[in-house]
Amino acid sequence: MFLIGDLVSPRTWLAMIHHLAGLVLGTVVLLVVLTGICWGVLLLPFALIGLPVLGVTLRFADAFARAERVRFGFLLGTQIPAWPAIERAGYRLGIVPRLRMLRDRAAWSEVGYALLRFPVSAFMAAISLAAWSVALVMLTLPFYNQYLPSGGVQLGGMVVRGAEAMVLSGVGGFVLLMVAAQLTRVLAAADAGLTRLMLGPPTDLAARVSELEISRERVVDAAEAERRRIERDLHDGAQQRLVALAMELGRAKARFADDPELAHQLVDQAHAQAKEALTELRNLVRGVHPPVLTDQGLDAALSGLIALCPVPVDIQVEVQVRPKSAVEAVAYFVVAEALTNVAKHSRASHVKVVVEGRGYPGTLTVMISDDGIGGANQAGAGLRGMADRVSGVDGRLSIESPSGGPTIIAAELPCG
Amino acid sequence: MRVVIAEDAVLLREGLTRLLTEAGDCVVAAVGDAESFLRAVDDQRPDAVVVDVRMPPTFRDEGLRAAIVVRDRWPATGVLVLSQWVEERYATELISGRPHGVGYLLKDRVADVAEFLDALRRVAEGGSALDPEVVAQLLARSRHPLGELTPREREVLALMAEGRSNAAIAESLVVGGGAVEKHINNIFTKLGLAPGDDRGNRRVLAVLRYLGTG
Repeated sequence: MFLIGDLVSPRTWLAMIHHLAGLVLGTVVLLVVLTGICWGVLLLPFALIGLPVLGVTLRFADAFARAERVRFGFLLGTQIPAWPAIERAGYRLGIVPRLRMLRDRAAWSEVGYALLRFPVSAFMAAISLAAWSVALVMLTLPFYNQYLPSGGVQLGGMVVRGAEAMVLSGVGGFVLLMVAAQLTRVLAAADAGLTRLMLGPPTDLAARVSELEISRERVVDAAEAERRRIERDLHDGAQQRLVALAMELGRAKARFADDPELAHQLVDQAHAQAKEALTELRNLVRGVHPPVLTDQGLDAALSGLIALCPVPVDIQVEVQVRPKSAVEAVAYFVVAEALTNVAKHSRASHVKVVVEGRGYPGTLTVMISDDGIGGANQAGAGLRGMADRVSGVDGRLSIESPSGGPTIIAAELPCG
Repeated sequence: MRVVIAEDAVLLREGLTRLLTEAGDCVVAAVGDAESFLRAVDDQRPDAVVVDVRMPPTFRDEGLRAAIVVRDRWPATGVLVLSQWVEERYATELISGRPHGVGYLLKDRVADVAEFLDALRRVAEGGSALDPEVVAQLLARSRHPLGELTPREREVLALMAEGRSNAAIAESLVVGGGAVEKHINNIFTKLGLAPGDDRGNRRVLAVLRYLGTG
């Protein structure tokens, strides 16, 4: 029964409208783009005219592609994905194509699409129309056959006459009507597929874009979390110490006259608080991005980290070429975070840090292993932040921490 | 003692000047950049200089470069480098095999006036002063395993690397001079180094060499 339903379904009729609209649009666009390209190329020797003509043509094809995405969405309910803007070449002064345009696959696909729209739509509209017409003719034949002068009608080389033939024609027409409806829709779907192939980005690119979108989100979140942590650390650490320091100095000032002994003691405490505050500030920056990392690279910067770690660290750094600073910063962050975890949770007696970078562009491998109790919480903020930072530079992080240990954290960071 | 100060932060420069003046030293020049620093040293030939690593115009390591120039050209002048950050790599560059009359300290150490003055005098007399944080980094990255040392011996080793005398080590650990000597002998035996002598420098050199610097 669904076949009969399809006859009156809006989808069928929208598909038919789609074919006819494509035919009309295709004719216009073919003329415009063909003319634009021909004149543009002919006038190229006079680049001042030829290039803008080509530019305007390309922009027209681009606008048409955009309109087509809307048309496919509206009439067929098919989404044709667009190329990511970053892959597009762009124009100078709005109309002069940049040289990069030569390699802009999306632009050339759009031109190709604009030229192909007419033949494709013509073919599809012709087949659909033919199917509908023949079906309608056959279906209605029994009603007007008797009025035909010859008493019969020629249909595809055979002459239809007589009652049986009329029934056959009616039934055949009805069946063909179903077929025409299906054919229209199938052709529309094929058209959508073809268009997606031509106007959409390659599937690997589309997948990459969505992957990047996710990782960008995670990096933004990680940065946000990091900022909150720094704010908290400043607030709980150095700021509290400075408050205490100011308070003790205030008390000392008040007691100088009547109790010099106590005042002396208070100044001593304030002195100690001030030094603590300085150390805390320094260690805070150490955990984020110390200047030596920028100046001298990972190897030198890691010295400060491992000296802070209460668990003995065995370190081995072999980096032939310094990777770019974003990768260095992530590698540093991974080691810093891992060593913080070792100190806080692992109860380890020994840690091994190995950093290896080979070739250029190659991979920077960072591995931190300890002999502690394992069972690291991978959903915790620390390790998640680490994973997010690593994915932000397209790296891979693996964390092995069975309960009972040992814990091995490895990050592979591409340096290209 | 005649001292030249090179520090671009006015607050700290004036604080240092006041601190040294109060301690009875004579600050013959206090400048804010490396070029005028070298000119002042050439003019005044001071006993010691205190110089900040980062100074204008690039705020990278011009203070360290200037300090190395002073160390090489006027060996009689003690050079004490101050820095917001101390790193073993920078220390290695400054000392490079010859820890005579050079020091490298965190700026924070100025807060401990007595210790700071002691470090400056040590440097002026041809000794050395390495920041505990640098020493901690050197110990953490030692080329050789230090596992055989007892925790106490590690402490003594660290203080030796900082450039302190036996008496200062004894005072710092609150033990007698004899105990310190015993620890030092044990350390040198365990590490397979030639027996130490109390004259500071050679001992510091041996320790730093062993740890992988210089």
